[in-house]
Amino acid sequence: MYTKMDSDLSRFRKIVRGQVRKELKNFISSGDIITQIPSQGNRKSQTLSIPLPQINLPKFTHGPNNNNQQKGVAQGKGDVGKDVASSDEPGGQASQSPADHAYESEVTLDELGQLLGEELNLPRIEQKGNKTFEQKHRRYSGVLNQGPESLHHFTRTYRSALKRSIASGIYDPKNPVVVPIKDDKKYRSFQAVNQPLGSAVMIYMMDVSGSMGDKQKELVRLTSFWLDTWLTHSYKGVERRFIIHDATAKVVAEDLFYRTRESGGTLISSAYKKAIDLINNEFPPQDWNIYLFHFSDGDNWSQNDTQLCLQLLDSSILPAANLFCYGQTESRYGSGYFLKDLTKHYQLPASGKVVASQISDQGSIIPALKTFLGSGR
Amino acid sequence: MTKFHKQSLSPELRDLACSIGEAAKKEGLDFFDTIFEVVDHETLNAAAAYHGFPNRYPHWRWGMHYDRLAKTYRYGLSTIYELVINTNPSYAYLLDSNPLVLQKTVMAHVYGHVDFFKNNYWFSKTNRKMLDQMASHASSIRKIQEDIGQEEVERFIDYSLSLDNLIDIHSPFKRPVVSEAGEGQVTHPAKLQAKKYMDSYVNPKDVLAAKQQEIDNFRQQKKHFPVRPERDVLQFLLAHAPLSEWQKKVLDIIRTEAYYFAPQAQTKILNEGWASYWHSKIMTSVHPLEPSEIVDFCDLHAGVVAESGHNLNPYRLGIELLRYAKKRWDEGKFGIKYLSYDDPKQRRDHLIPTQLGASKIFEIRKWHNDVTFIDEFLDEDFCHEHKMFVYQYDPKQKKRVITSRDFGPIKQQLLDSITNLGQPIIEVTDGNYKNRGELLLCHRFAGEERSMEQAKQTLEALYHLWSRGVHIASQVAGKKVVLSFDGSEHHQDIGDAVVQEAS
Repeated sequence: MYTKMDSDLSRFRKIVRGQVRKELKNFISSGDIITQIPSQGNRKSQTLSIPLPQINLPKFTHGPNNNNQQKGVAQGKGDVGKDVASSDEPGGQASQSPADHAYESEVTLDELGQLLGEELNLPRIEQKGNKTFEQKHRRYSGVLNQGPESLHHFTRTYRSALKRSIASGIYDPKNPVVVPIKDDKKYRSFQAVNQPLGSAVMIYMMDVSGSMGDKQKELVRLTSFWLDTWLTHSYKGVERRFIIHDATAKVVAEDLFYRTRESGGTLISSAYKKAIDLINNEFPPQDWNIYLFHFSDGDNWSQNDTQLCLQLLDSSILPAANLFCYGQTESRYGSGYFLKDLTKHYQLPASGKVVASQISDQGSIIPALKTFLGSGR
Repeated sequence: MTKFHKQSLSPELRDLACSIGEAAKKEGLDFFDTIFEVVDHETLNAAAAYHGFPNRYPHWRWGMHYDRLAKTYRYGLSTIYELVINTNPSYAYLLDSNPLVLQKTVMAHVYGHVDFFKNNYWFSKTNRKMLDQMASHASSIRKIQEDIGQEEVERFIDYSLSLDNLIDIHSPFKRPVVSEAGEGQVTHPAKLQAKKYMDSYVNPKDVLAAKQQEIDNFRQQKKHFPVRPERDVLQFLLAHAPLSEWQKKVLDIIRTEAYYFAPQAQTKILNEGWASYWHSKIMTSVHPLEPSEIVDFCDLHAGVVAESGHNLNPYRLGIELLRYAKKRWDEGKFGIKYLSYDDPKQRRDHLIPTQLGASKIFEIRKWHNDVTFIDEFLDEDFCHEHKMFVYQYDPKQKKRVITSRDFGPIKQQLLDSITNLGQPIIEVTDGNYKNRGELLLCHRFAGEERSMEQAKQTLEALYHLWSRGVHIASQVAGKKVVLSFDGSEHHQDIGDAVVQEAS
């Protein structure tokens, strides 16, 4: 049920995330509650910090213009000159000293999916296979007494105005004038329905070779994680497969995909071969919409292998796939050329099935996702 | 998520509400009809976020309050047991997960609050139909938002909220000032009627001349605008700022609601003390709990009145000071003789069984607010008995350090912190500053400085309402300082010269 508090709360969250009212940014403080929770065993208790974002509108207030003036009255034991025997933690009160840590907005996974979902979509979905996968779709099938003017239902409004005027005896058939009043107004309303779209599979490939540092791995993991979060939120019944590769490639379970630490050389073609195997064995292109995502630092072992990759893409992957996305992090050794090679070969950014993006830091994850799946592609 | 619908009380709770109410009445409490509603924590938190009124106008800050309450509840840091609003009839929300002993205690506590709302002088001017008015405020603001746009209206609300502490909390109790326009009309002193030959005796020339002088002075003074410094800054802005109709409506709503909530802030300590006094008295002697519930009750009550580190607990201070006052008046510890004792031992030994305590605390409940209550009843003996102290932040130790246990500083600090709701006293002194239609506010310095950083940002908000330069004069580190904002730049003038120009 949608209530008033929901709308006030979502308005507040939008402000905190900087989506609206950016001028309020200066007044946002993180104001965590820091509390101690006993951890298992008898080790030290853990500190748990709960972010409590707050927007403090400025006011004329009493206030110390330097810290020396903070004072107050309290009661309890202690001699003059000793520090206040305060309880160990500041409790529910906003702590007086400004917190150092930056504000983290607390976003649930579902919200995150929603946030992304407003701007992303899966392109070129075709009606294939046995329709196992569904998309949320708004269907304007209902009528409500309240709503935004943009959804005003003209016919229904006049129909109810007509009913009212007949019922109240105002209506004159010789002079059929119907004037709606506020209570007559009707608005369209939507319901979210799941629309079957066909079958689809996402194949995630990740480079876990030695040249990928922890930072790079973290980045590509984050990117694929966010991508996956959005996908599973927006589309029900999508099949997912995960491939990791260094010089050889293997299909792994989801949690392994996010956790593996490997090292070794890089042969990107190994992953592509594995993907082609997968497609041939499990996901025939005539029945499946196939989306591939590959993340790497682009530091391929040899130019020959790169040529092989391009060949594989051209001959087997692209004819079968709906989309092929490549995300490249910065290599530790600065020798990531795969992105360049791809760009050159496919004349990117062209509007074909290949999309590539550089992911240099956390801030570029969302732009990368938008390049991959931005609406209107 | 949150639904505000009537959930009728279970028969058990209904009977309890009746019998506890009867018991409270027998003790002399006199309250409005009180409607209890049992709600879940989401509804209660939402109601608390809306300050008790589920039908507030749309604004993000309710969401902010709710977010905080919901999180502290979820992590088990704090729970609101009840919420009661000052209306007639009064509505009280009880949390559905409260155990029975808590529901009983809370009911008694609520009756205490409602009695206070009904009888305390400082609440006598509040609108008891505030639910209706809040609803009407909400629908006006919704309507305005539909016409003007959410963003713009919200921005204006935010500017107004930055100023909503600039009201005169005592103005509902003042006699209306004679209209200033009328005063200005008189140009000559009124003569007493007299026959011509008597005229120079009945209306002596020198008296007339003096009166004429007075009138001229006043007319001279009247060029000052406003004539007298105006503490209700919001009222001044409503009357004189170049606002559009919808802006005036919004500002008026903010002002009305600020006045409505002011008495609750003004009587926080006394009100909570009074309610806690009665829940404790009713539960232990008038409408006693089951023996099996006593331990739970004590645990609960101890939690309510616990010391909380460096924050003074208003429940604790309120109930203890009320009990202290009751004891003093029970034992005849008042009057000139008692007050003349210098020695605490003499004061202790002064014992006359007057038994006036009960009527004294009802008198306190009738006439006092926090400031007068503490000013009149907090004395040296109380301070020592309750181990009160003043602390101050020590930047070297990075700790709050106890600076004094002396009665004088304690009382001074406490009173300073609650005078004018703990807000600086700020008045409009000149609405035509520098003869350029600019606005000058003046902070009446009372020992505490005003926060400078926030002041700059607040001036910006004020500028949006006044549309011309805005200034505020105050005192920082012993010097007069005028802060100014002209729409693009901040300016700070330090020194006496500036202030003379201002006055």
